[in-house]
Amino acid sequence: MLEGLLIGLQTALSIQNLLMVIGGCLIGTFIGMLPGLGPMSIIAIMIPVAISLGDPSAALILLAGVYYGAIFGGSTSSILLNAPGVAGTVASSFDGFPMARQGKAGKALTIAAIASFAGGTIGAILLMVFAPMLSSVALLFHSAEYFALMVVGLSAIAAFAGTGQVAKAIMMTVLGLIMATVGEGALFNMPRFTMGLMDLQSGFGFITLAMAMFALPEALFLVLKPRENKESDGDIKDLRITRAEARAIAPVIGRQSVQGFFIGVLPGAGATIASFLGYAVERNIATKAEQEEFGKGSIKGLAAPETANNAACTGSFVPLLTLGIPGSGTTAILLGALIALNVTPGPRLMIDAPEVFWAVIMSMFIGNLVLLVLNLPLIPYIAKVLSIPRNFLIPFILFFTLMGAYIGQNNATELLLLVGFGICATILRFADYPLAPLLIGFILGGMLEDNFARSMQLYDGISFVWERPMTLGLLIVAAILIILPSYRARRARLRADGIADGD
Amino acid sequence: MALDRWIGLVLLGVCLVYGYTAWFTMDGGLAPFMQRNPIWPSTFPKVLSIMGIIASLIIVLGFEKGEAKIGDIDYRKLWEYNLGQALLLLVLMAAYALLLRPAGFLISTSGFLILGSVILGERRILLTLIIAAVATGIVWYLVQVVLGIFLRPLPLFLGAT
Repeated sequence: MLEGLLIGLQTALSIQNLLMVIGGCLIGTFIGMLPGLGPMSIIAIMIPVAISLGDPSAALILLAGVYYGAIFGGSTSSILLNAPGVAGTVASSFDGFPMARQGKAGKALTIAAIASFAGGTIGAILLMVFAPMLSSVALLFHSAEYFALMVVGLSAIAAFAGTGQVAKAIMMTVLGLIMATVGEGALFNMPRFTMGLMDLQSGFGFITLAMAMFALPEALFLVLKPRENKESDGDIKDLRITRAEARAIAPVIGRQSVQGFFIGVLPGAGATIASFLGYAVERNIATKAEQEEFGKGSIKGLAAPETANNAACTGSFVPLLTLGIPGSGTTAILLGALIALNVTPGPRLMIDAPEVFWAVIMSMFIGNLVLLVLNLPLIPYIAKVLSIPRNFLIPFILFFTLMGAYIGQNNATELLLLVGFGICATILRFADYPLAPLLIGFILGGMLEDNFARSMQLYDGISFVWERPMTLGLLIVAAILIILPSYRARRARLRADGIADGD
Repeated sequence: MALDRWIGLVLLGVCLVYGYTAWFTMDGGLAPFMQRNPIWPSTFPKVLSIMGIIASLIIVLGFEKGEAKIGDIDYRKLWEYNLGQALLLLVLMAAYALLLRPAGFLISTSGFLILGSVILGERRILLTLIIAAVATGIVWYLVQVVLGIFLRPLPLFLGAT
């Protein structure tokens, strides 16, 4: 591990990679502040730039910096405008915005920055400890277990993303898997479902799909319903917090770093769930007097979601780096970027590309430090981005979305596909269909089929399911993950109906 | 029928067409040696088609009733939002896709940014022109020179490579 840390430090501290971290954090903060643009959209837009770097470590460090920066930027717009830039920072506005209205915007931003820094740093330490352990366990896995593990991951994502409507999330996952089968796969070397079109020979472009699923609908929603531009109260001054305040939030930060990290590790449960759960837990365990302050400008109510969402972001890297399975839409996009750079995340990543694995972990520490040291004093100036008129902002967002898809494939047909998929994604969002499972299904589709085919060939059929106990166990877990939320939602509905009927 | 169930119906159609291809037409040209394998190129799509059909039927038949959530935008009152602007921007994006190569990057991009701003209600034309021209130039320089990705700057008829 020490050797790995040294390799990571050496790689992360190179001039190029330091610039990537700083640049990524600044770009992420800047764009993350814009209401409507989430980390998935920002990362999708940045992928062509990252891929063009050619160096997987530098690319992943840049994208990780953008990810953290976007979460940090999202908190700023939550606190100053009550308009969260990203879903993971919605809970931060519950107490952050009231603080800003009370003239404590500077203090709220400092608490958010410190909590984010602590959450991210403690999360990175936990990642350093748990990732190698999980990697060594995962090395024992065969293709059958991998197949089953991916089914578990997809089921968990569908179960979490569905929130009571699991069928919709499963449908989206299956649609993603179906889209992954289009084109000439490596497995059979024959075109499938291309309808004779040459442009579909290599399948759908991952970047095009990512842009269409996230960036384009967000921009269209901004056009359809412009958000009110609420003014923040005066200039941002007095960024200091008192010793008593620091003592009050310290235990919150400690608890939420650990809780947020483990929520982040779970597939499907990302920063958003971690931040809401963190807020709820801290509110429940607070004293009665403190509980009354929640929602009115409580520093604990602000520190809890801020710590938890950053720790969860770090935690979501565990399944990505050790198993090659993305736990969230954002890490799914990162996985796609890594595959485009010929790096396959998974248990062998630590052995085959230790410089990538450890450099990413080390860059998390550096990124968090950059966000704290560089961004905090710059926040009053960076916050000026919130005053860019939408007449200029939206065409630029759309342009960068188009450019991202074009640069990725150098093919104008991709742009038409982007517009078409973007319209479909917007309609799906109107009807409350979750889009992250579709993208994760699309990215995992190739690997899932590859492992399924290998297991079928090795066992000359489907017998691997019952001949390998771990595979069977994992598939049972997957089935439970799908059935349980549907059953519970149905029971809750029936109970509610019963009460309504006067039973 | 609610929008989510209509979408479910469309997805059911997609899954049926996909399944028909996987079950009945895909294996037609399969080489004899591949036919002895336990897994064919159509195996995985066959499984997916069944799963897709079941999931879409659950949605269409309304077995899983969820709470009807209305998010930021209520699609039933779509005309109350800036629908015209959104549609015009989509048309503009499609036009950009079609014109990018023949018109070249500089003209199509600055045109896209200017028209995009005008569609959204910007009336300070001079300011829009300056912002679009500067931004187009910077992006072209960054992509072409810094990143080394070729972008044809001028239209085809001007003989640009």
